[in-house]
Amino acid sequence: MMARYSIFSLARNALSYHQDWPAAWRDPAPKPSYQVVIIGGGGHGLATAYYLAKEHGITDVAVIERGWLGGGNTGRNTTVVRSNYLWDESAALYDFALKIWEGLSQELNFNVMFSQRGVVNLAHNQHDLRELSRRINANRLNGVDSEFLTPAEIKRMIPIIDVRAGGRYPVLGASLQRRGGTARHDALAWGYARAADARGVDIIQECPVEGFRIENGRVLGVETAKGFIGAAKVAIAVAGHSSVMATLAGFRMPVTSVPLQALVSEPVKPALDTVVMSNAIHAYISQSDKGEFVIGAGADKYVGYGQRGSLPVTEETLAAVCELFPSLRRMRMMRQWGGIVDTCPDASPILGKTPIDGLYINCGWGTGGFKSTPGAGWVYAYTIAKDEPHELNAPFSLDRFRTGYLVDEHGAAAVAH
Amino acid sequence: MLLIPCPYCGPRSEEEFSYGNEAHIPRPKQPDKLDDAEWAEYVFMRSNTKGVFLERWMHAQGCRRWFNVARDTVSYEILAVYEIGAPRPELELRRDV
Ligand SMILES: Cc1cc2nc3c(=O)[nH]c(=O)nc-3n(C[C@H](O)[C@H](O)[C@H](O)COP(=O)(O)OP(=O)(O)OC[C@H]3O[C@@H](n4cnc5c(N)ncnc54)[C@H](O)[C@@H]3O)c2cc1C
Ligand SMILES: [Zn+2]
Repeated sequence: MMARYSIFSLARNALSYHQDWPAAWRDPAPKPSYQVVIIGGGGHGLATAYYLAKEHGITDVAVIERGWLGGGNTGRNTTVVRSNYLWDESAALYDFALKIWEGLSQELNFNVMFSQRGVVNLAHNQHDLRELSRRINANRLNGVDSEFLTPAEIKRMIPIIDVRAGGRYPVLGASLQRRGGTARHDALAWGYARAADARGVDIIQECPVEGFRIENGRVLGVETAKGFIGAAKVAIAVAGHSSVMATLAGFRMPVTSVPLQALVSEPVKPALDTVVMSNAIHAYISQSDKGEFVIGAGADKYVGYGQRGSLPVTEETLAAVCELFPSLRRMRMMRQWGGIVDTCPDASPILGKTPIDGLYINCGWGTGGFKSTPGAGWVYAYTIAKDEPHELNAPFSLDRFRTGYLVDEHGAAAVAH
Repeated sequence: MLLIPCPYCGPRSEEEFSYGNEAHIPRPKQPDKLDDAEWAEYVFMRSNTKGVFLERWMHAQGCRRWFNVARDTVSYEILAVYEIGAPRPELELRRDV
């Protein structure tokens, strides 16, 4: 039984100088086989395991992670959570996720630090303005909160921004989703890991999957660094490595893997209490509880699996941030890193079945799949348990690239989140 | 940051180039004979290799010519540069997991 976190357990553990907290999850050796094996211990894989156990009573599950939990994009992202996507299909899926976020800390008994501080998307020219207005209207029709801000309203909300028309990036307006905000990246992975483990899920780290055993078009298990692990069903959730997995399983993907970058500054006093994003100039920024400015940058334009990102991208983003926020010009950056994001031609995810029986895939979230983690895990678990997609993820099949029913979210997704 | 050796202009910064993704994807000879799956394969499906990848680049801010590059997508080392239409270079096309 999982030890509950509470004010009382905190006080009790303070008496022993916090030396006696129980481990948050076990570290089991893999069993010879499971009902379901999930590849990838990021937020998506762990959430899927949790909902398989909770919603479908399937607890004979292993999550197999090559490195450490949340060491992929989950632990590298800038944590913007919002649901103001353009199309009905996306709005439904992302808003479903946002609603789970709103009660997630209580549900998991783990503080995921979800802070609904609002997300502001800037418009810098007439085209941006029209695009934004269209999206605000579409959001409202879908029941997603979204409002328009004039430059004066933006300035009142964000005193450090430069909205002067003569600036390099004039700010003509913005959209605001008040229910959007940020969360704590690691906590999402850890919270789901702990809750899944408590329901019997085995979490196996430092165990790369190196191949699949497939017979007569049906998956039988995975070959790993710790030997063969049998499974009636295998679910892929490896983000940037999705094409690698598909190649091992013998099918093709429309995904391009590129490093997406982020940076954090030295910590300073509170100066920004919302999230500001600009698709046009590939920059978005928020301030963490520790006081660091968290800056999301652009992605490399070429295929890459090095978790760094190229210097011109860093330069371009920081130049834009300095233009928009002149008072940040002397700020020193403490860290820079990259994560390998799996981008799709229509900037929408792939979430469903593969050409192999019993093998499922969840990928293609590209630059923006942290926000969707709870909802995606929920519908992915449904898809695996029932061997058919839920109505929320049915539009996001791999087969849409054949049928032509793409869900083009470049406007809402682009590089910003 | 890549230093890309344009076969026509010499080594230049990656910022001068635009990217054409995977090389050696021939345009279908008889487009009207293709079914939807074959179109999807041609338009959308890509190898996206972790390892040695054959890709197209264009020297957009220079000679504006296209050429092919063999590049390691893990170490980012450029292993060969060759003309469009030339055969694949003789390299081990390594694939990582
Ligand atoms: C810099 C940056 C900023 C971002 N900002 C945002 C944002 O603000 N908002 C937002 O919503 N999204 C954002 N994203 C995107 C978001 O991080 C991802 O879409 C999301 O975290 C993907 O979660 P995941 O669990 O699918 O993947 P990951 O967290 O990457 O997990 C996949 C796991 O699979 C493992 N794996 C890979 N290969 C194998 C193998 N062979 N065997 C076993 N395990 C394997 C990896 O080690 C990894 O841990 C950002 C991404 C980056 C890189
Ligand atoms: Zn040239």
